[in-house]
Amino acid sequence: MPDRPSYLKVFLIFARNSLVRDMTFRANFIIDTISSIAWMAMNLAFYALVFQYTPMLGADSGWGKYEFFLFLATTLVVNSIVQALFMTNADEFSELIRTGSLDFALLKPIDTQFLVSLQRIEWSSAGNLVFGLVLIVYASGKLDQAPGLAQIGLYLVYVACGVTILYSLMIALAASSVWLGRNQTLYDFWFYITNFSRYPREIYRGKYGDPLRWFFTFIIPVLVVINVPARFLVRSLRPQTADDWLLPAFTLAAAVVSLAASRWVFNRALGSYRSASS
Amino acid sequence: MLSRLATWWTILRISLEERLVYRGDFALGTLMRFLPIVTQIFLWGAVFSAIGATAGGSRVAGYSYRDFIAYYLLTMIARAFSSMPGLATGIARDIRDGTVKKYLIQPIDMLGFLLLYRIAHKLVYYLVAAAPFALVFYLCRGFFPGWPGAITLLGFLASLGMSFLLGFFLEATLGMIGFWFLEVSSLLFVYMLFNFFFSGHMFPIDMLPGIWGDLVRLLPLQYLAYFPSAVFLGKITGADLAWGLAVQLAWLVFFMAASRVAFHFGVRRYSGFGG
Repeated sequence: MPDRPSYLKVFLIFARNSLVRDMTFRANFIIDTISSIAWMAMNLAFYALVFQYTPMLGADSGWGKYEFFLFLATTLVVNSIVQALFMTNADEFSELIRTGSLDFALLKPIDTQFLVSLQRIEWSSAGNLVFGLVLIVYASGKLDQAPGLAQIGLYLVYVACGVTILYSLMIALAASSVWLGRNQTLYDFWFYITNFSRYPREIYRGKYGDPLRWFFTFIIPVLVVINVPARFLVRSLRPQTADDWLLPAFTLAAAVVSLAASRWVFNRALGSYRSASS
Repeated sequence: MLSRLATWWTILRISLEERLVYRGDFALGTLMRFLPIVTQIFLWGAVFSAIGATAGGSRVAGYSYRDFIAYYLLTMIARAFSSMPGLATGIARDIRDGTVKKYLIQPIDMLGFLLLYRIAHKLVYYLVAAAPFALVFYLCRGFFPGWPGAITLLGFLASLGMSFLLGFFLEATLGMIGFWFLEVSSLLFVYMLFNFFFSGHMFPIDMLPGIWGDLVRLLPLQYLAYFPSAVFLGKITGADLAWGLAVQLAWLVFFMAASRVAFHFGVRRYSGFGG
């Protein structure tokens, strides 16, 4: 018997089980998929409407209609991956803590954070992912210069960084329910924080915008989650300002640091966990 | 008559007390709800900076930058009146799990009970939310053109009051569909989606071009957020205001009747499941 389990194999089994479960309630799955796509289509229509009135979001920001569609598609891609892999699990995790069922996860011979973070995969979020990819293909066809291979490669790396940052934030928030004892506000808080990441950094400027941009870049780095990968798709790789290479470098560091920090918070939370079962 | 009033008063008092139990982080939660407005302020700031740089015109669909921010803040007030979290889903759930029986065997009218419950809920909400709302509106006072005239203000208040009732009876009617279809969550999602975009919560519906704008104006949803806000900003005046209020009242009467009729026929179909 091997000492440590094969994490990839276990993950694939989680994925398979979740798929079987989703396919058992097929109508529900289809409705979930359609409704989340409908929601995004409405959002897209809203921005299409906004671009009826303006050629660009922010003077000289470079976010024209199709550039911004690429931004929106990136939001979709990153968020759908986070939702598919982690959202349900993070929610479940708070519930496990509250009810004391976390005992069962602790007993299993596998890393607890891995188990808790990935055991249920939400396949219906794949619909949004596909929608995002289609939007990327469509919008980049409308640009003067379609993104090249190197751009796409970097894009994938930074989407992964974005997912990592969001995951770390989410699991740390969920773990905090060990101390708070409840999780109703978790989703709210999550929504309000990530709400800031859904727009280009360039719109946050002025007396209040600059500190806000600084805070959500360097303290809670949600502003680099979408912005940095999306930038790679819409602009040539040659850096034009210092920001163009400093920010990606920072994003890599932020992904590593936030993952480590979330690991630390998670372990601290497990240390403070007192089983609640009878 | 007197005993009926006493019943109503008791229901109202119980609901008030129930709501006040959870006042803890209520005020903070209300303040958090304004956070999306912050991003809206920056989004529209970016849009207007681009227009100013390219065209010189500084209005979008008749709204200046300040109008936009004031509009979003006003829709928050309108939504505080018209939104009915959990009403339709609650009714549908009561039908599904059989709880609706309690209204059938007790001498209490279900719609009346739910309305009083909702009024109590809203009263507590205004009590707790008044301070955060006042704070945000004070901070954002620069976006408003100043207090509107008496007629506009009256129209605004009338429209707000009706938007509460319209929201209630519209959602109640939707919940009653549960008598015919046991699972209505996807239907309610569609309603939520339409509500979000076409009530004017997301953007002033004046932005919609041509036929789209006309279609959305035919829906009752605009009275839940757009209409009161536009009235306050002086976008709808004179005969348009009177006509708008009349149409809102007509929709209100329609949904009051519709919810009654749906309940009447729904109960006939109903077979009580569950204990």
